[in-house]
Amino acid sequence: MSDAQTAPAKSTPAQQVATGDRAILPEGAKTIPIYVMGKKYEVPETLTIMKAMEFAGFKFLRGCGCRGGICGACPTVYRKEGDYKLHFGLACQTVVEPNMYLAQIPFYPANRAGYSLDEIEPTAEAIFALYPELFRCVACNNCTKACPMGVQVLDYISALKQGDIAKAAKLSFDCIQCGLCASRCMGELPQYHIAQLARRIYGKYIQPHADHLAKRVAEIESGKYDEILGKLTEMSKDELAKLYKEREREPDLAPLGTWMPQDTQYL
Amino acid sequence: MKISYYPGCTLKTKAKNLEDAALASMAALEVDFEELPRWNCCGAVHSLADDDLIHHVAPVRDLIRAMERGSDKVVTLCSMCYNTLARANLLMRDDEVKRKTINDFMDEEKDYHGEVEVVHFLNFLRDEVGWDKLRSKIKVPLEGLKLAPYYGCTLLRPKNVSIEPPGHPKIFREFLEVLGARVIDFAASTLCCGSYQILANPEAAETVAATILEGGINSGAEALVLSCPLCEFNLSKKQGDLLQKNMLSQEVPTYYFTQLLAIALGLGGEVCRFDLNDKISAELLKSKSLPSCDQAILT
Ligand code: FES
Repeated sequence: MSDAQTAPAKSTPAQQVATGDRAILPEGAKTIPIYVMGKKYEVPETLTIMKAMEFAGFKFLRGCGCRGGICGACPTVYRKEGDYKLHFGLACQTVVEPNMYLAQIPFYPANRAGYSLDEIEPTAEAIFALYPELFRCVACNNCTKACPMGVQVLDYISALKQGDIAKAAKLSFDCIQCGLCASRCMGELPQYHIAQLARRIYGKYIQPHADHLAKRVAEIESGKYDEILGKLTEMSKDELAKLYKEREREPDLAPLGTWMPQDTQYL
Repeated sequence: MKISYYPGCTLKTKAKNLEDAALASMAALEVDFEELPRWNCCGAVHSLADDDLIHHVAPVRDLIRAMERGSDKVVTLCSMCYNTLARANLLMRDDEVKRKTINDFMDEEKDYHGEVEVVHFLNFLRDEVGWDKLRSKIKVPLEGLKLAPYYGCTLLRPKNVSIEPPGHPKIFREFLEVLGARVIDFAASTLCCGSYQILANPEAAETVAATILEGGINSGAEALVLSCPLCEFNLSKKQGDLLQKNMLSQEVPTYYFTQLLAIALGLGGEVCRFDLNDKISAELLKSKSLPSCDQAILT
């Protein structure tokens, strides 16, 4: 830092390292060894597992989707040198560490029961009937330990056994269906499919429905907004900019619920 | 002293009548119980295989949850949960090798050595509340009701977790006497209800269930009192089958002990969830026209 300040123009870059998640190696970037399916690769130290594997020459046909930690396509299992623990992470989110031994598990077989959400009884018994293996859980907690999203998997499985669909839906909310829980389960449960069913039942039958939403959907379907949307899409950029600038706007510090626009036709 | 309450899965689903009546009674007795905020299945059956430690993990995890809450005791209502938790607890206290293996396996949890005590609600009522205090709170004595307490296995066996010293158990009798009922002891009260044999070997389970029910009525009881949803399944829900097969001479009302407690405390029928009992059970209570519970019972 002080070198750069005294002689910014002339200084050759000091020991520069790869920054961010770029797969193109900047000059002087430090590399570290990782082992992918047992074979050693030298990769830039700040990459995610996914980029590091691409850097090493792997090409993802499966095992990669959103690259944003939300699709659940890239679950990865790894161990670190000298550590008996298994570690779990999403390849697109987890930064490589020296001497990590990793393998991706893009898919893990797990049976999904067939059901019609419109016809299902919104009860815990209905879930038990579709997934009787639920009762094979021995509370080993391997599922929770494997979850790259930090979901309390054992707790939502327990909630279901206790008949609490709402609790299971809430506890499993962050699940991205990557399947690592199922891959580690001693009771061979497909946890993530069971949780999805719980959330579907919760959303359709248990969670209170928002009346104003239903009303607004009906308005949209009745064509209330078609005309103005049509007009907007026809407008030139300048016209749009003008409209935007002149729009009515709630004053920043207006007390909650006191302000109303002049034009209320679309409310 | 801090006390955790461990409900058990069945009490949250099919045996709400066992739990709801108990919770209302605890509140009426001003007992400060805290349901464990996190708990899993108790394991349901204590595994006897020497090399099968994985089935102790579930109850031990529950005991660790109670320890984490800073509780000295964890109270259960269900006999099966009581038995499984209490036996896992003894194992963690007494067996150094297995304790280490289990603690090592559960390395994400604190080590457990049997710090918490597992207590059945009947013992809790006798030892912590006390019969005298309970007696003083009875508003609707169950006068004229002839009740046979049924222990089954899991409250009494094996002897190192028995809720009373082995021999002639009397805690259930004392409890029902405090409630004002007439208590009928009967020989079959400590027989096994058939337990999970109802699935694997239904004839054997039905035979023993019929023996117990007939034993109760022949001794002059009007109803059996239970503390376990599995006993309730075999002794109550299965009565239809027994009657059909002529193994049973008449329908026998059954109650959870907590339901009778709630009635005697004057809490009325609503908290007892008699809708989950056989109709005849509610009808018997109604026929006794005990004040304050005749109205609500059948609703
Ligand atoms: S690629 Fe979607 S979660 Fe990693």
